[in-house]
Amino acid sequence: MGNKQTIFTPEQLDAYQDNPFRQRIAEVFSEDGDGNMTLDDFLDMFSVLSEMAPRDLKAYYAFKIYDFNNDDYICKSDLEKTVNKLTRNELTPEEVSLVCEKVIYEADVDNDGKLSLEDFQHMIIRAPDFL
Amino acid sequence: MDVMHIKVFFFLLYICMTPVSKYGSDVDNEEGSAAENEENVKGTAGKRATPRTRRGHARGRARRGGEEDEDDEDGTRRAGHRRHRNRRGQGRAAGKEGSDSDGDPTKARKNEANQKSKEGDEEEDEKGGKSGKGKKEKKQDKKPDKKGKKEKANKKKKDKKKSGSGSDSDSEEEPITEEELAKLKEEVEEKKKLIATLRNKPWKMKKKLSVLKEAQLFVEKFEGALGKGKGKKFYAYKVMMTKKWMKFQRDFENFKTACIPWEMKIKEIESHFGSSVASYFIFLRWMYGINMILFGLTFGLVMVPEALMGKPYGSLPRKTVPRAEEASAMNFATLWDFSGFAQYSVLFYGYYNNQRTIGWLKFRMPLSYFLVGVGTIGYSFMIVIRTMARNANEEGGGDDTSFNFSWKMFTSWDYLIGNPETADNKFASITTSFKEAIVEEQESRKEENIHLTRFLRVLANFLALCTLAGSGYLIFFVVRRSQKFALEGLENYGWWERNEVNMVMSLLGMFCPTLFDVISSLENYHPRIALRWQLGRIFALFLGNLYTFIIALMDEINLKLEEEKIVKYNMSIWEANLYNGTIPENSTAPPIQVDPADVPRGPCWETMVGQEFVRLTVSDTMTTYITILIGDFLRAVFVRFFNYCWCWDLEYGFPSYSEFDISGNVLGLIFNQGMIWMGSFYAPCLPAINVFRLHTSMYLQCWAVMCCNVPQERVFKASRSNNFYMAMLLFILFLSTLPAVYTIVSIPPSFDCGPFSGKTRMFEVISETLEHDFPSWFGKVFGYASNPGLILPFILLMVLSIYYLNATSKSYKEANLELKKKLQSVRNRELLKK
Repeated sequence: MGNKQTIFTPEQLDAYQDNPFRQRIAEVFSEDGDGNMTLDDFLDMFSVLSEMAPRDLKAYYAFKIYDFNNDDYICKSDLEKTVNKLTRNELTPEEVSLVCEKVIYEADVDNDGKLSLEDFQHMIIRAPDFL
Repeated sequence: MDVMHIKVFFFLLYICMTPVSKYGSDVDNEEGSAAENEENVKGTAGKRATPRTRRGHARGRARRGGEEDEDDEDGTRRAGHRRHRNRRGQGRAAGKEGSDSDGDPTKARKNEANQKSKEGDEEEDEKGGKSGKGKKEKKQDKKPDKKGKKEKANKKKKDKKKSGSGSDSDSEEEPITEEELAKLKEEVEEKKKLIATLRNKPWKMKKKLSVLKEAQLFVEKFEGALGKGKGKKFYAYKVMMTKKWMKFQRDFENFKTACIPWEMKIKEIESHFGSSVASYFIFLRWMYGINMILFGLTFGLVMVPEALMGKPYGSLPRKTVPRAEEASAMNFATLWDFSGFAQYSVLFYGYYNNQRTIGWLKFRMPLSYFLVGVGTIGYSFMIVIRTMARNANEEGGGDDTSFNFSWKMFTSWDYLIGNPETADNKFASITTSFKEAIVEEQESRKEENIHLTRFLRVLANFLALCTLAGSGYLIFFVVRRSQKFALEGLENYGWWERNEVNMVMSLLGMFCPTLFDVISSLENYHPRIALRWQLGRIFALFLGNLYTFIIALMDEINLKLEEEKIVKYNMSIWEANLYNGTIPENSTAPPIQVDPADVPRGPCWETMVGQEFVRLTVSDTMTTYITILIGDFLRAVFVRFFNYCWCWDLEYGFPSYSEFDISGNVLGLIFNQGMIWMGSFYAPCLPAINVFRLHTSMYLQCWAVMCCNVPQERVFKASRSNNFYMAMLLFILFLSTLPAVYTIVSIPPSFDCGPFSGKTRMFEVISETLEHDFPSWFGKVFGYASNPGLILPFILLMVLSIYYLNATSKSYKEANLELKKKLQSVRNRELLKK
């Protein structure tokens, strides 16, 4: 009914490819870490992403998404990758590194130079825009 | 509240539809089959209860009465097997169904041995190994559930999941002691809590599912046991009803979600324009819901009874078009103006008769009219405050700037965007915001600019005040002029003069916000703060307009009240003239039949007020639609098609496509609602008109947004603005009720029209009802209760409790801050230890 489509042409699918973290999201929720998901993983993903999930659960998964090298810490290189994905490489490297330093300075509570899960959670739970 | 009642009603219906018998047989079978279907169809769905047949349990246990030396897992698996067999018969993976329910221990044990060997530690392996069944079944098998009565001691269990004790419901061989019962209860509660919070745990789905199954099995097994000896049947019944209720709740939630109107449209807009634009449409939908309920109240309780049971048109003078106006009563122009036939109908106050009860139902019309008026306001208050409270709960914390960069990095992307153009804009805005933040971080503040900025801001505020004052005076002037016109008779003037007030108000509403926008560019604020200032100014503008309008109306009301006295005098003369021709005045004679249209009518200020509001709403609607059509649509057409033959690039240069003005539209919506609240007491048709208006508005604006607008350049999230709009709505609601309440309480109703005619004040209908319709003691109680000596202390008490609650909330906030600080210092201390 209305304008709903169920079959997408490749061009239309391309138009939806804008989420800068799409690859990471798929990797985090997948079984083998490669982006392949079973139905359970798929459901898991949507359950976490839904509006009704509690914030700490979302924070936990957000942490995993931003942790590009899967070492349970968000280190500087992870942050740099994040910034570049967000701005599509528009910022100069000095700006990028400045931003990353600021982030670590602001959020790192235990002062180990990288963000652990607690640091991240502590910071993100307060954010008003965290959906 | 209302939702709960609806839910309970549907739940009862639901219960009636599913067969209910005593707990144990049918319920389990039916739930079993239901669970089967669900499992087969919906796969892994989380909290669904997959019960085991109690009889299977019981049989298993009874049969194994003699086999004392089996360990936990074996017994479980056997019971599991038996259960499966009892329920499903064939179709099992080989090796499991070997166990015979009539008790063949050796064979069973062999099967279990096979079973054990096949099983690895990982659930995945087990799942992969079996065939033909859903995962759930396999997990049931693996579940190390409680076994027989031998397993009394919980203390022996290391693993929580294996814990459990007490006998089962059927075996009477060993009594349970009180403490064990209590402990059991505790564990069951724990399991239940685990089930309830399972969704929130960050585990993988498989782990969650296995834990869920275990916990459910455990709970189900022991719920019956707990109830043993203590009204077991009732307990079992209670448990079953709870399960049914939960299942029903989930189905109801699904049904409710499917019923939400316009969901797809809004999602599409959200993906194209971001969540802030979509929030406007969600707000519109919410208003539509409120208006539907108001419409239901006024239509069902006021308009329909009068239409069905009241005296028909033409029977009373107040219900008939006067002779003088009859000629033009059916013209479209008159109807559009809401006079003529529209005026003398259920749509307006004046039509209603002041008879105390009407029809065979003895429906108390005046009372219902009054109560519906009060009820609409009360309901609106309640629902606005409830929504505000809910929104306030979701927002946490304050406006911290301590995590500026981190938040920019991690929360700036709007995941609801689904359109490349918007995404491009979003990327650009994120980049810009990062650059701005960096620059701000690096640059030191230049001291000289502060004075300039301050001066500019003061100038801007001064200009804004001037604009506001100017618009207020303009409206006042126009209203005065229209009063002059009315005195001289409206027929001498053209369309513009007649509708001058409405047109001026609408035009002001269109142009002043843009003016404010221009002024605010002087101020150089952060966009969010600038938006707030803008909203505040537009709000003040609309408010000023509305109140000037009301004051003008009050003038007219007073005029009409003066007129009433004159008309009363004239009417008595007219009556005397009627009688003069036939019978001398002294004798009692039957009243002469006069056609109601010929009776001279008193002025009806309430209908006049209602008419004004209706006209204002209609003209406001028309202005909005025309603005959309011209401002957005024609502009887009112009830019698109004239771009080829124009000197400069129209799309990037001056006109370009318009952006969706969220704040303007939201304010327009809020003020429209304010007018409805003000006018609905005098014109019961207003909510109906508004429902129609919102409905068409939704479609028109959805189409216009998708067709003619481009995503905004600064795409920002809608997160905090919701409560701001609600606060404005609440404020407007409060302001709207003031005029209505004032008129109810202090102005006498017209003597010739409406349900309160003949009374000195409108609220007297309440006291009249108390006298006639309630038993006398009620009236006495009410009389005592409305004694000022009682009410004043009550008000004092309420004020004091507000103060107290305010103080406690402040103290909680401070305690919160203290705890945060402590947390910080604890962390620092740990840091130092390192």
